[in-house]
Amino acid sequence: MASSTRVTFPNKVLPYLLLAPQLAITIVFFYWPASQAIRQSVLREDPFGLSTQFVGLGNFKRILSDPNYLNSLQVTVIFSIATAVIAMGFALLFAVMADKVIRGKGVYRTLMIWPYAVAPAIAGMLWLFLFNPSMGTFAYMIRSAGYNWDPLLNSNQAMLLVVAAAAWKQISYNFLFFVAGLQSIPKSLIEAAAIDGAGETKRFWTIIFPLLAPTTFFLLVVNTVYAFFDTFGIIHAVTGGGPGKATETLVYKVYNDGFVNLILGDSAAQSVILMVIVIGLTAIQFRYVERKVHYG
Amino acid sequence: MASVELTNVRKVYAGGVEAVKGVDIDIKDGALCVLVGPSGCGKSTLLRMIAGLESITDGTVKIDDKVVNDLGPAERDIAMVFQNYALYPHMKVYDNMAYGLRNRGMPKDQIDKRVREAAATLELAHLLERRPRELSGGQRQRVAMGRAIVRNPKVFLFDEPLSNLDAKLRGQMRVEIKNLQRQLGVTSVYVTHDQLEAMTLADILVVMNAGAVEQIGAPLDIYEKPASTFVASFIGAPPMNLIPVTAGESGLILRDGTRIGAEGLAVSDKDAVIGFRPEDLEVATGTESHIGGLLLDLKVLGVEPVGAESYVYGIIGGERVVVRVAGRSVSQPDDHLRVIIPGEKLHLFGGNGKRI
Repeated sequence: MASSTRVTFPNKVLPYLLLAPQLAITIVFFYWPASQAIRQSVLREDPFGLSTQFVGLGNFKRILSDPNYLNSLQVTVIFSIATAVIAMGFALLFAVMADKVIRGKGVYRTLMIWPYAVAPAIAGMLWLFLFNPSMGTFAYMIRSAGYNWDPLLNSNQAMLLVVAAAAWKQISYNFLFFVAGLQSIPKSLIEAAAIDGAGETKRFWTIIFPLLAPTTFFLLVVNTVYAFFDTFGIIHAVTGGGPGKATETLVYKVYNDGFVNLILGDSAAQSVILMVIVIGLTAIQFRYVERKVHYG
Repeated sequence: MASVELTNVRKVYAGGVEAVKGVDIDIKDGALCVLVGPSGCGKSTLLRMIAGLESITDGTVKIDDKVVNDLGPAERDIAMVFQNYALYPHMKVYDNMAYGLRNRGMPKDQIDKRVREAAATLELAHLLERRPRELSGGQRQRVAMGRAIVRNPKVFLFDEPLSNLDAKLRGQMRVEIKNLQRQLGVTSVYVTHDQLEAMTLADILVVMNAGAVEQIGAPLDIYEKPASTFVASFIGAPPMNLIPVTAGESGLILRDGTRIGAEGLAVSDKDAVIGFRPEDLEVATGTESHIGGLLLDLKVLGVEPVGAESYVYGIIGGERVVVRVAGRSVSQPDDHLRVIIPGEKLHLFGGNGKRI
């Protein structure tokens, strides 16, 4: 438990003054747009933007019965699960490997963390350049190997590419948490298990993995949120939601409908649904992740 | 049931630090061997080398007459009780104890029988369904013991198992460990820095210092005949009083220049140390003979009454000493006492710290 030492300010105004910048940013960039989205989601605007009328839940009804929206939902679920599983799986593998390295531990860790510093759009461009069917180095290699690689036309390959790019960027973050999680497991537990006759694989699955459960669960939520919301830049740069609508996630569709096609009511309704999803995920995280695990 | 034999065991770490410098210990089947020494003396490293958790740089470790240098911890058939207990926090007590048996592919009903037997021995039967975090320190300690005995290994290894318990519980568990070890007759190696624990538990006591063995023997033999000033000051509480002296023409010269007659004391080294246990001083009334012993002047600094006895702190020849007196002491600070150390209670060490 964290210590509950309360700092008390003698001045009554000062604390609010100190909080003011943060509050201002939160209000301007979060609460105000969110309230605008909620307002917009129950309005319908005419094509010329001259008049708006109140339609209640009409926008929601329409998007929820729109096959394009349902397709986007399906794409998002597949994309999120694949991204989270791949990013976490590799991160865990790397963390376990890095934990065993004795020489140059710091160098490995630093290198592992670098991709996290790359902006999503840049990461997307990077992968696009490497795998672009007409000029990508890797694309050329894949084709030379006799595989028909064309993510601009093949929707599965497009999905594979955005998942790979999104997962690649998130591995670093997960890696950090897994490394920290592994370090918090007392070494004597592993030794006790070794004496108890458990081989390396068995030790991992019966001791290490269960003890990493809180970390894993936390990362699962964070990765889902990441895949839902923070991968916009990657998708925008790599596929633009295509081919067809094969990689159009919910967030991408919000952008597409609202800012490209200017269907503001639909877009706002979609973003309200996303808001509900993220609130739900955050609630889950606070409810379960805060549960402490005691070692020893 | 097995003997443990260490022959010239050395441990050199990658940085060149020599943690264990050629140790020879022979532990008979069923004996409880205690490794004692200050922190950093290599006792835990040595234990971990027996366990197989630490590689052996040089020398051989034999368990049951078989060299185990290249065997993993699981294949050595040992069980270890860790200082922090190292219980698996996500498993119930039952599963903690059963884990090692399951890994060895023992049939379920047999595991159940073994676990319940061990739990009964340690009075853990009512705790089997709990998780480690729901247990008190003493109970966790028992579970750790249970996990060791359930496997019925050739050797028990204890790495300061009582140091996380409070003083009262420590005393209690000490007795229990001793009884359990006797009852099961399993060869054991026990590491501690607590000399009282070492004295009371050991069949064979190994005093270590700076990676080397200072003395091996029965606890009371070591107490009565410490091989070096290090052992003398480490074993016994309060520790043995040590006074450096110089051998002169007609006796011994203390640090502060006091000459004392020492008939019958053959000190050949120029620099030497005389030692005596706090309980071996007698206050002179003037009539006793001190032939063969030493008659010294003690200036009292203070008195600590602890009930059944009192500790008188004072100075002899410029060195601080402590004297154990039965009951209460009437001495006051700045009193001068004439004290006699009987010759047979006197320990002599050479300039190199070794016993003469």
